[in-house]
Amino acid sequence: MKAAILGATRGMGRSLARRLAERRERIFLLGRDPEALARSARDLEARGAPAPIGTAHCDLLEPAGFEAALDAADRALGDFDTLIVSAGLFGTQDALESDAARRAALLAANFANTVQLCEAARVRLLARGGGTLCVFSSVAGDRARKPVVLYGATKAGLSAYLEGLDHRFRAQGLRTVTVKPGFVRTGMTEGLAEPPFAGDPDAVAARVLRALDRGDPVVYAPPIWRAVMGVVKRLPRAVLRRAAF
Amino acid sequence: MNAGTTKIAGWGRLPVVTGHEVVPEELEAASAGVQLARGLGRSYGDASLPAASTDRVLCTRRADRILHFDPATGILRAEAGLSLQEIHRVFGPRGFASPVLTGTAYVTLGGMVASDVHGKNHHVAGTFGAHVRALRMRVPDGRVLEVTDENEPDLFRATQGGMGLTGHILEVEVALERIESPWLVTEVRQVPDLDALVETLTSESRRWPHAAAWVDCTTRGRGMGRGYLSLGRYASAGEAPAAPPELRERIAVPFDLPGWVVAPWSIRIFNVGWHHLHRTTGPRIVGPQPFFHPLDFVRHWNRLYGQRGFAQYQCVLPYASDGRGVQRFFEVLTRLGGASPVSVLKNCGPEGRGVLSFPMPGVSVALDLPFRRGHTQALVDALNAVVIEAGGRIYLTKDALTRPEHLRAMEPRLARFQEIRRKWDPEGRLRSALSVRLLGDAT
Repeated sequence: MKAAILGATRGMGRSLARRLAERRERIFLLGRDPEALARSARDLEARGAPAPIGTAHCDLLEPAGFEAALDAADRALGDFDTLIVSAGLFGTQDALESDAARRAALLAANFANTVQLCEAARVRLLARGGGTLCVFSSVAGDRARKPVVLYGATKAGLSAYLEGLDHRFRAQGLRTVTVKPGFVRTGMTEGLAEPPFAGDPDAVAARVLRALDRGDPVVYAPPIWRAVMGVVKRLPRAVLRRAAF
Repeated sequence: MNAGTTKIAGWGRLPVVTGHEVVPEELEAASAGVQLARGLGRSYGDASLPAASTDRVLCTRRADRILHFDPATGILRAEAGLSLQEIHRVFGPRGFASPVLTGTAYVTLGGMVASDVHGKNHHVAGTFGAHVRALRMRVPDGRVLEVTDENEPDLFRATQGGMGLTGHILEVEVALERIESPWLVTEVRQVPDLDALVETLTSESRRWPHAAAWVDCTTRGRGMGRGYLSLGRYASAGEAPAAPPELRERIAVPFDLPGWVVAPWSIRIFNVGWHHLHRTTGPRIVGPQPFFHPLDFVRHWNRLYGQRGFAQYQCVLPYASDGRGVQRFFEVLTRLGGASPVSVLKNCGPEGRGVLSFPMPGVSVALDLPFRRGHTQALVDALNAVVIEAGGRIYLTKDALTRPEHLRAMEPRLARFQEIRRKWDPEGRLRSALSVRLLGDAT
């Protein structure tokens, strides 16, 4: 595998990148903070990934830089065959309702710009006969709920796009793996009330890696969330309108 | 989570205070303006708990990146939150181990420095600090410094065993030990009484790099202090199995047991049974977890003690005194009914360079004391009196109940430590519940 990863400095992306490193996969890191990228690159090298691990600036709020970032990954890896996107923004519903700038950033980063990045990668991967797009969406995109109206909407759109991509291009060799994490204990969810079935990033990474190996189109992690969302998706509107979750 | 109502405690869950952890992935930025940092919260008492004036503690466990490793020298540099468990997992198969291994692998590099931890090999390897080459620290005035024994010897040495009170440890550079295999060759030796135990522990320590003793502390009279020695060394490549050893939690204590379960009668039954289970056996090959971290296979084992929590108590009684300190200690312990399910004796080598580093040449005794209101405090007071008389000291990492006047009486090094603290932190910015209780810091 030759994987370019956006989001490997933190959370689930960090755990997934470490598992890839321990398998000696070739890795290229994309991200915003050069210091954090360098530290994560050294970490992954020490854990077994072939050194040196290259890094390039890539910010989901700056779509103009996507092509240059993917160019850098291609140069370093000799054409990447996998793009993993675990980066994304999060805000509580209250914060997003009251802060228009933050809302605009989240809507752009999580949906429009993530799609643009995937499109840029899709073109490259199809041109070289296929590859894998592994993108972190969320169970919040499975059903609209009060605490995640805006965040959930971005993830619903993203999940729909990724499913469509899978239908349209799998026959041409482009595998799309949509990751739908439930509540996972990371820096992103710190300070939030922890619901039942909360998971840890390393367990999520193990599930995602298995899905990457098998080419599963959708992976819920922790796996219990597939059943949880199966129920939530079937709840009548009247129930969800009254429910607090 | 309503931050105002959450609770935080050390591993002994005594005391429990209001507070919560802040757990950043980027430690350095988050460490500015913080009063106290903690790792995995495995110190037992109040060392990793905030002073009453704040409810926030910076937790390092998500700052766990390996920044450099040189297989030629074994020198590792990593962020402070890297755990000993992870060091086993990543470096064991490559032929390296931490030079000092604590009773649990769920500790961080930063915590190992702040407690200047020791292991079963203290008599040959010294404390963890002896192997630390450099620290990157956020010092109390806000600067971030590279601290070594050459450029800032006072700060470097005060930070080893300094309980996190001299600055926040961001990165640790330490020399790992080269090992032929991560497996161990071990022996168990049963011993009939305390005199024989101390004598065998001392003599076997000359032959074995890793040695500790478990003591039945419920038997009085002739069999007082009977127990067994656990001895080990790393296996050679020829002796060791090819497969990597297992490192995991196999069972969990799902909830707090009722407080009456761990009581003197049950501890007595456990101690007698445990003693008879450990007969003298010849060499066996075991993994690092059962040998170094035997309790790690039970997740949340502290819940066995129920909600009241327990007090760990560990002291070292020097050889320099009349040599009867250990006997007097156990006489007082058994007379006062201080039953402890797990009591461990260890032979300590020379004192480390940490200003407040715990070990000194002598016998270290560690006890788990289920908390009993009114009783446990009196017991700790009585044990501390024995320690003071013997010229020994207690281990702050385990402590929850020692009185400040007792600490002063056993710690002539305290003045030096406080002097270095005052120099680096004249406004007293860094504090913990422990420093308020024992060092007279403002809350």
